Amino acid sequence: MHTRLVAAVFVAGAVAVAAGAAQARDQINIVGSSTVYPFATVVAENFGRGSDFKTPKIESTGSGGGMKLFCAGLGTDHPDITNASRRMKGSELEKCRANGVQDVVEIKIGYDGIVIANAKTAPEMHLTLRHLFLALAKQVPEGNQEGGKLVDNPNRTWADVDPDLPNVAIEVLGPPPTSGTRDAFNELAVEGGCKTFPGLKAIKKEDKNRYKAICRGIREDGAYIEAGENDNLIVQKLAENPNAFGVFGFSFLDQNRDAVQGASIDGVPPEFENIATRAYPVSRPLYFYVKKAHVDVIPGIREYISAFTSDDAWGDEGYLTDRGLIPLPTDERTKFGDDAANLTPLESL
Amino acid sequence: MSSSVPTTISSQAAANRLLLRRKRAERRFQLYGILAISAAVGFLVVFLASIVSRGYMGFVQTEIRLTVNFEQELVEAGSYRKILRTSLAELFPEAGSSRAERRALAGLVSAGTVFVLRETVEAEPAIAGTVQDVWVLASDPVDQFHKGRIDASLPEEERPISDASLARIAALEQDGRLELRFNRSFFSRGDSRNPEEAGILGAIVGSALALVVTLVVSFPIGVMTAVYLEAFAPRNRITRLIEININNLAAVPSIVFGLLGLAVFLNVFGLPRSAPISGGLVLSLMTLPTIIISSRAAIRAVPPSFAEAAIGLGASRVQAIFHHVLPVAAPGTLTGAIIGMAQALGETAPLLMMGMVAFVVEVPGGFTDPSTVLPAQVYLWADSPERGFAEKTAAAIVVLLGFLLVMNGLAVYLRRKFEKQW
Repeated sequence: MHTRLVAAVFVAGAVAVAAGAAQARDQINIVGSSTVYPFATVVAENFGRGSDFKTPKIESTGSGGGMKLFCAGLGTDHPDITNASRRMKGSELEKCRANGVQDVVEIKIGYDGIVIANAKTAPEMHLTLRHLFLALAKQVPEGNQEGGKLVDNPNRTWADVDPDLPNVAIEVLGPPPTSGTRDAFNELAVEGGCKTFPGLKAIKKEDKNRYKAICRGIREDGAYIEAGENDNLIVQKLAENPNAFGVFGFSFLDQNRDAVQGASIDGVPPEFENIATRAYPVSRPLYFYVKKAHVDVIPGIREYISAFTSDDAWGDEGYLTDRGLIPLPTDERTKFGDDAANLTPLESL
Repeated sequence: MSSSVPTTISSQAAANRLLLRRKRAERRFQLYGILAISAAVGFLVVFLASIVSRGYMGFVQTEIRLTVNFEQELVEAGSYRKILRTSLAELFPEAGSSRAERRALAGLVSAGTVFVLRETVEAEPAIAGTVQDVWVLASDPVDQFHKGRIDASLPEEERPISDASLARIAALEQDGRLELRFNRSFFSRGDSRNPEEAGILGAIVGSALALVVTLVVSFPIGVMTAVYLEAFAPRNRITRLIEININNLAAVPSIVFGLLGLAVFLNVFGLPRSAPISGGLVLSLMTLPTIIISSRAAIRAVPPSFAEAAIGLGASRVQAIFHHVLPVAAPGTLTGAIIGMAQALGETAPLLMMGMVAFVVEVPGGFTDPSTVLPAQVYLWADSPERGFAEKTAAAIVVLLGFLLVMNGLAVYLRRKFEKQW
């Protein structure tokens, strides 16, 4: 029975050691979006090697999961910074405040384009937001016409959507509903196409929930395939199947230009400049949020923020653009740069 | 059936037919068996071949020999960026000094080169003021091209490497300044976002620390539980209930243990997130049933005469168990523990909840330092956009498989070595 006693003592001791360690954290803890992860990690690594501070630890929890952890409270047990591929919601800020996280500094870091791509060996596609809605929504107006009664999506091939498109079955690989990329895709692409039907757009005023269900609902009959969070896998599958399309972030298109090509949307190809000027319709802003009360308590937060917002990193020719981040326009960059330097907290959302 | 020996010719023939049919059935069954085994072996071969063929290149890395002038003033000012820029410009004087050209030149070597130069000087301050040949890592596109992963015949805008860079790579190769070398940083560094610099040591140490915690916690508890249940516990409803629960626990999906760990170890006890101590505790919960079940089987396999003889000679129950039964059961117990550890080594799902799927650059130095584990590192690399991570992922899988092979091999060895026949 000695051994069990020893083990119990060991566990108790470990708890004590850990509690001691938790009180004196000298490393920044970051959580949040898997889309911002590739950018935040690069900044963190450069920051860690170029300064005397420890390299921040970054967990990829998804935007929503990050907010939950971030808003859980103040103190060294809770993360200092959360990354997000969408803006913080009003409800999340309220939850933060209810848990004592009074001042949250919001910093927008740039944009990310969401691309619809297919294999290089397949013909180039020119799509519109309306095509995407008709091809992927759960319910569409009958006959794909304005005023038609809503029916379960009957479109099997791209030619059903628009006779000018090729006559191949609709097969789109994309992220699952837990992903921020999926949220943004539903909102910007599918809902964007939905809004081109004035009749559907009008529902928004009457019944917001019904509007959301119609305009953001993705079909579940196998035409849209949830391929998991791994974008590399989607790229691989596209290369093998020329009839399939994939939905993923611009940086994956940028790194795999020899295997896949992006479809133009509303006549705008997914190119760096087009996303930066917001001409490409499916792009979204990326953020990170800082707990102001942790600044100067956990060493290095101030310096990490200024490393992130230095021209060397997020500037037009900074190293983050090499990784596929689309930089902010100059005026926005000045505004958020000032916010970052002064740690201006969010008033409300 | 009335079993009279068939005597007529027709019944003799019927018996022969029956015999033939039974023999055919047996041959068919053997064929199915062989097919099943060959399918399994085939899958294994395809899996290993694809991993190894992708992974072996991860163990070598393209390096470039730079002639670096560590000028005294620049070293003192810490302007290593300028030192690097100068040495690259001297290598390619034709490049000019426009910003775009400078960026193109800097893009040949790894983004971490500036820091490597600084670390070189810090390790050996005497080289300040001298000119040295330094082997530095090539950048990911250069490395991938050199390994033949980038098709140079594609149009320039479709590949991540420009025509000018291709010409420079060719020139470097001609001068003997570019070669594939063993990838030391893969085994000596933590994670990095530059695939050429990313290493697996951080994950190996993280896994090792977590497994130490798992072993220290679950082995004694598991063996003691098994001993008590086998040798001391009264046979009644309660012990049967406990037994059933232990067997059920072995089949519980591991993510459930992660959620439990999150609620208990992190939220109630306040253990640090992403630390091997909390990860190891969760893994030990998962490993306990495996150890208990295999230890009980091992103890039960020891003939009762061992304990009976000891007790007959005056030993107490505890002495009989600890001096005579446990040593004989040790190979089985150890095997169970090692297999449980091997399972724990390959586990990611519960650790996801404990925050161990994280970007951690520094190699952890203790049980409370943030760290990641081998399978989590595989998962993170597999999801990275940079090309070079594909082979890093495969190489990390090879390392993980290697560890699993060693552990399982050790289990087999211990069983063979200490198993006694009686």
